[in-house]
Formats: sequence, structure tokens, C-alpha cells
Amino acid sequence: MPISVNALFFAAYRDLVGHSGLAVELREGATVGDLVSELRERGAPFDRLPAEPAVAVNRTYAFLDEPLSADDEVAFIPPVAGG
Amino acid sequence: MIHAAVGPEPIDPAQVLSRVGSAEDGAAVLFVGVVRDHADGRSVSGMRYDTYHEMAEDVLREIAHEAAARLGTDRLAVVHRTGELDIGEVSVAIAVSSPHRAESFDASRYVIEEIKKRLPVWKQEHYADGRVEWVPGTVPPGTGAPMDPSARERPVAGRGSHTAGGGQVA
Repeated sequence: MPISVNALFFAAYRDLVGHSGLAVELREGATVGDLVSELRERGAPFDRLPAEPAVAVNRTYAFLDEPLSADDEVAFIPPVAGG
Repeated sequence: MIHAAVGPEPIDPAQVLSRVGSAEDGAAVLFVGVVRDHADGRSVSGMRYDTYHEMAEDVLREIAHEAAARLGTDRLAVVHRTGELDIGEVSVAIAVSSPHRAESFDASRYVIEEIKKRLPVWKQEHYADGRVEWVPGTVPPGTGAPMDPSARERPVAGRGSHTAGGGQVA
């Protein structure tokens, strides 16, 4: 059973891909890294995302080997610059 | 009472300061970050702050609790602004109080440094010549390519920090 996750893009990444978010179907057991690969393989504009971006899964920073579940929220986090 | 908030409302530093202090505190520190008019030799006319709001408030609250543990009191308030800011407007205010000054200085510094490392906020500089650019930032710890398992247990030294000097505060 494929799962669907919600990818979110902020700031410079939103500008790069031209979307603030979209649903992506992945195979069951897919990781964050698989999501990144799936998007980058779609070609422009998603191939402009870095291969190893910072991400947050359900609002917590996560590594690319984090497994995903249905309806997870995966945010692509450009280098942060608060303050 | 620990207070942490992220939002578009203008920040009144005096109001943030008024959230801390008690009869047992001999020291209060107020840090105010302000949008300045230049960055790397370029003239800046304003700044836009974007955020992942739902996550940013969680992260800011977490930073505030870590700082309170160093402070030894729960008298700590931090507010981060979002949206379009003009030169001279306050982007962040941090107030803390403690019986003695060392803990207050340390905790307020901790909050601003951790904000810069890991708060999901981005700023876009508006230059006087009409151009806009995202300010280069810092890769937060605990994300990206997996580290080896032994490294993962440590609180992160080393990962990410290609900080660049963007234009603004602190």
C-alpha cells in the first residue's frame, strides 16, 4: 500500500520549487531520503532542491533515514536565519 | 512563567521585560534585536521574516526551557516577530531575571544563539536598490544526512554551521 505524505517548502526552497506544499505518494516503508529522491527525479524545478536538505518530520528536525508514515508532514528547511 | 511566542504583532520590549522579575531577583537582562540599515556594505531598506509557525513556537519554547534550566528561574520571556519590518523595528526581544547577574547574562545569550542555530525562521533583505535576497543562514543540528549512531547521541557539535553574516541584528 503506497502512503501519501505532505511536503512543505519554506523561504528559499519555496521560491526554488514554486510551491509551498504538495502531497507525494511513496511506497510503504519509505524514508525522508526516498521522498527527496522521488522529488528530485521529477526534474525541474524539484531537481533544484539539495540532495541532503535539512528537514523536519511532523515539526521535529529529522535525519534523512527517518521512516515515514501516511500523512506525515515533511518540511524542507533552508538554512535558518532568525534573530 | 516562561513565555515564548512567534508572530506578526509589533514587539514592545518594555512589555516583554515586564513579564520577568520578582522580589528575589537582583538582576534582569533585556536583549533587543533590531533591523539595521546595512549588510555587507549594501544599504538595506527593510526585512521580511518568514517562519514555519507551528514548528517555530515549539522550538522557541524548547529553547526557552533549556535557557531557564541554566538560569535557575522560570522568569524568562522571548518573542520573535514575523512579517515585514522596517529599519529600527524590533525583530526579537528576550527578557530574563535571576537573583544574580551572571545567570541572566548567560541565559539571554543562550536564547539568541540557539535562535540563530535552530529556530525555523528566514529573513529576506530588501535593499535600497530594489533587490531582495534571502539572508544566508545556518543548517540546524539534528537533521540532513544521517550521522553515525555514536555521533547521534551527542548534542551536535560540528554539524552545519556555515553561518554567513547577513544584515541585521545581534
